[in-house]
Amino acid sequence: MSWETERLEKAKRIIEMYPQKRSALGPLLYLAQDKDGYISNESIVEISELVGITEVQVQSVASFYSMYKQEPTGKYLVSVCKSISCEISNASDVINKVKEFTGLSNNETDDENLFTYESAECIGACGGAPAIQVNYETIEGLTPEKAVDLCKWLEEERPEIIVADELQEKFGGIKSFDWAIAENTGTSSPVPGFQTYNTSREKK
Amino acid sequence: MKETILLTNHMRQSPEDSHLLKSYEKNGGYKAVKKVLKSGTPEEVLEEIKDSNIRGRGGAGFPTGVKWGFLAEDEERYLVINGDESEPGTFKDRILLERDPHQLIEGMIITCFAANISKAFIYIRGEYAKPARRVQSAVEQAYEKGYLGKNIFGSSMNLDIVVHLGAGAYICGEETALLNSLEGRRGEPRLKPPFFPAVKGLYNKPTLVNNVETISSVPWIMSNSGKDYSGLGVEGSTGTRIFSLSGHINNPGNYEIEMGSSFGEFVDTLGKGVKNKAIKAYIPGGASAPWLRGDQLDVKMTIDDVANEGSMLGSGAVVMMDEDTNLVLAAKSLVSFFAHESCGQCTPCREGTTWLENILERVASGRGRMSDIDLLLDVCDNISPGLTWPPKMTTICPLGPSATASIVSLMKDFRSEVEILLPKKVVIS
Repeated sequence: MSWETERLEKAKRIIEMYPQKRSALGPLLYLAQDKDGYISNESIVEISELVGITEVQVQSVASFYSMYKQEPTGKYLVSVCKSISCEISNASDVINKVKEFTGLSNNETDDENLFTYESAECIGACGGAPAIQVNYETIEGLTPEKAVDLCKWLEEERPEIIVADELQEKFGGIKSFDWAIAENTGTSSPVPGFQTYNTSREKK
Repeated sequence: MKETILLTNHMRQSPEDSHLLKSYEKNGGYKAVKKVLKSGTPEEVLEEIKDSNIRGRGGAGFPTGVKWGFLAEDEERYLVINGDESEPGTFKDRILLERDPHQLIEGMIITCFAANISKAFIYIRGEYAKPARRVQSAVEQAYEKGYLGKNIFGSSMNLDIVVHLGAGAYICGEETALLNSLEGRRGEPRLKPPFFPAVKGLYNKPTLVNNVETISSVPWIMSNSGKDYSGLGVEGSTGTRIFSLSGHINNPGNYEIEMGSSFGEFVDTLGKGVKNKAIKAYIPGGASAPWLRGDQLDVKMTIDDVANEGSMLGSGAVVMMDEDTNLVLAAKSLVSFFAHESCGQCTPCREGTTWLENILERVASGRGRMSDIDLLLDVCDNISPGLTWPPKMTTICPLGPSATASIVSLMKDFRSEVEILLPKKVVIS
């Protein structure tokens, strides 16, 4: 058993939410990624036992989805959108600056395990293009300079919890729509911060 | 041109706390479902939805009432809300999830009442962490109040809702791929026919799969009437719809309007125009839709009018591209998207989209060949024979054919932009 008791308990509660165990596979893969920053072999074994399918079946699903990472991910997963609305709003300048600052190419992680860079497909922030996500928290209306400021800030401050509203306030610009309601909840790992998966964290 | 506010009413009335149950109720929320559960019948709800003539807001535009009517009899049936919104250019479901989750929940309860369903899922794309948190909180508030769970609102109805996160696969917006994903499988679309989700869906049980915006419209329809709803917009495109406007536009954003105005009017009034420039081309309905030219801005924003121009209103994502746009790079961005998102089941799509991406890459970088235009069109033709719209298919789902839309648009209306990048024929005398 490689998962700690708390994670196992969480996994069992998630499995109970579904009429069939296998439906919990996706959520359990997030629990695995939250633990190690990627889908480790140990977690694959654990999940296959929990869900009652083979390890190969678990891996086959894990490798299909881009948000389940096959390699260890840094503390901050920086995903820069390159789809159409961002593309025609000079996303390539943002991409180049972020790559230059981090020294990373697509899907690479630095030696310190601080940043993982990826160019992402549409993140649904087209009205605030170009846009970026850090650990799936969205920041809209970036400029190449602000994107670098964001990376510098992450490197210097090393915040434990990433919150979209805070980052937007500090580094963002035009938004897809009025966010209206301020939030101080985000995530502390390269996984979407979501209550059900125990991955959301409140910033005090 | 003005917005018509139904779906976005509550979030505008109470912007500071529209995500909370008490705020939603203060503005008349959950009244429709209480009325329906107290004195309505499932048949009456279905009639109202049919009368409204609402068509699905996910992209395909299938009449919602008809879809509900197809649902096969079974003891176990499911409702699955498609919140996998990933079509490039689209961010309308995001605002509905983030700013007004209770409207969706109320719509779901009414839908489940009409279809005799006691278990529902909201499938939200993994990148929408914040919207998913809001929806989950709203679901928890509803359980606390007894609006979900057993004997809701004191009636005999039971309903459980599970919020489920996707994991970064656009293809899961296709309803059968979504169901596979929700079953814990690879998000590969299923062959249909023979079995549509309404007959064999989640766990092989009859399943309704509806878009977030579609079901969020249900409370208004039941508070008022199907007839009131169908009185808005135009025939075939009734009611209001949220359009996501982006690209080279002064005032991008989500706008709720009645269908029937022209794109030009929409862009000039609500979008406040394009920055001192002319529009070269625009996408009328998301990345899968063939482009329209800047001189086609008088086209009316209805499902049928856009179809008549050889494109589609799709997901309601309108992307404006001004005269300075490099359309070859725009097409490459779109094709790369589909190449990345192809699930890999069907050879024409898996191989074809990658070929298209590679060829466009070399054309865009000045390493193109004279034969590349023919090659691009040939690959497109192998994915979608005849290059018509709506496309003919060699694939299980429309993803592959959608990838050809931008290339065909480029070759049909903007071929010179490609030709100028290719080597000239040299005649040696």
